[in-house]
Amino acid sequence: MNKPPLTGIPASDITPKALFDQRRRFIQLAGGVSAALLSAGLFAGQKLSATSSSSYGLTDTPTPLKDITRYNNFYEFGTDKESPAKLADTLKTRPWTISVEGEVLKPQTLDIDQLMKLAPMEERIYRLRCVEAWSMVVPWLGFSLAELIKQVQPTASAKYVEFVSLHDPEQMPGQRSPVLEWPYREGLRIDEAMHPLTLLTFGLYGELLPKQNGAPVRIVIPWKYGFKSAKAIVKIRFVKEQPQTSWMQAGPNEYGFYANVNPAVDHPRWSQAKERRIGDFLKRPTLPFNGYAEQVASLYSGMDLNKNF
Amino acid sequence: MPPSYHGLGWVKAGIFLLALLPLLNLINAGLRDNLGANPIEKITHVTGYWTLSFLLIGLSATPLRRLSGWFWPIRLRRMLGLFAFFYACLHFLSYLVLDQFFDWPAIIEDINKRPYITVGFSAFLLLIPLALTSNDYLTRKIGGKNWRRLHSLVYPIAIAGVIHFAWLVKKDLATPLIFAGILTVLLIVRRINTRIL
Repeated sequence: MNKPPLTGIPASDITPKALFDQRRRFIQLAGGVSAALLSAGLFAGQKLSATSSSSYGLTDTPTPLKDITRYNNFYEFGTDKESPAKLADTLKTRPWTISVEGEVLKPQTLDIDQLMKLAPMEERIYRLRCVEAWSMVVPWLGFSLAELIKQVQPTASAKYVEFVSLHDPEQMPGQRSPVLEWPYREGLRIDEAMHPLTLLTFGLYGELLPKQNGAPVRIVIPWKYGFKSAKAIVKIRFVKEQPQTSWMQAGPNEYGFYANVNPAVDHPRWSQAKERRIGDFLKRPTLPFNGYAEQVASLYSGMDLNKNF
Repeated sequence: MPPSYHGLGWVKAGIFLLALLPLLNLINAGLRDNLGANPIEKITHVTGYWTLSFLLIGLSATPLRRLSGWFWPIRLRRMLGLFAFFYACLHFLSYLVLDQFFDWPAIIEDINKRPYITVGFSAFLLLIPLALTSNDYLTRKIGGKNWRRLHSLVYPIAIAGVIHFAWLVKKDLATPLIFAGILTVLLIVRRINTRIL
């Protein structure tokens, strides 16, 4: 008797067992290959999700991922904006350690994966304003740098924090040219570093940071020009004196230590009054402290921002 | 081999088409949304780059003639110079329309306060009389000596163009220095030959 099967599926639609097994093997193989890629850290776009909601959201529309990842100032991989996306492949982001040292009670060397577990991961949609008068909106993933600072317990003489990026011309071909003094160094005053907006950043758009965006860990300070936000950080030092930064060495009259976004203080090359948001045709007015004045302006009360630019 | 007088027409037509390629490339990339994250910046940079390139290519005609003895490079000089002016116009228009969108106060402030724009804008203004007097009629009317004096403005223009480029880059001077190097060689060759001849 030729009864239809109980499932109601005609016999012709049922996959013969041999073919079924073959597919299973293929899927297992494919799964195995991707798992291998993932564990080797070769797989681009590893997921990273927020484990905590953030109170620092923003209603601005984020800039498309392809613009965020193909228009980068990252001189370690060349001085034009397309080079980092093309050349950053040579950077090895695992294993990676960050040494936290200087004026702290508990200096330590942290493995990147250990560091990422230090605090709940938050998504923060921040404006990014470049000193070259363009801007973006980026959904970063990370947690406040303050979380790490609390762990290492700075001493009373820790007045500033210095960030040092990786120096390895083998991995960072742009460092073969003396265009800046390597390694890239940036710095913050301790109260700026402690500010909850200052983000220790590991990802963007729900994934681990692409290498051209500063993997495996960078800093993001949304009220300052982009160059303050050091990438591929290997060392965080707590110091007594204001540290010298790479850009201050390159052009002291152009790049100050504070580098707060300020439409009233002109840069010798670019008017800072307006900016072009990537994707827009018309420029928009630049906001004091990049729109974060309410949160951060009090850090600078009493300071002459024309001198401390 | 120097091309014959008859062949020169083909050479000219070929160079004319080649000289349009950078523009066609830009248009093509623009239509395919392939100008990158900041298309206005890209257009401004590309047109500026070709302005300087055509200025230098045009300036190499005389040294080439002197060194080779061929006359034909001189016959291409006017077209090359006009292409430099053509790309300079596109460069200026992309600044005026795309970048600033007729924001006159911002433009005036730029010209006043930012040396690279002051120099670049001056070079552009100086190119205008040269382009206007490049036709046969005015060349003849002005007369050889005066015409040559007027058109020797092309040297300060080229120098200003290279300075404009060098001052605008943030830190990496490699490309502006290549332009500066080529310009220096062209000016030296010209000088040496004037002495010898």
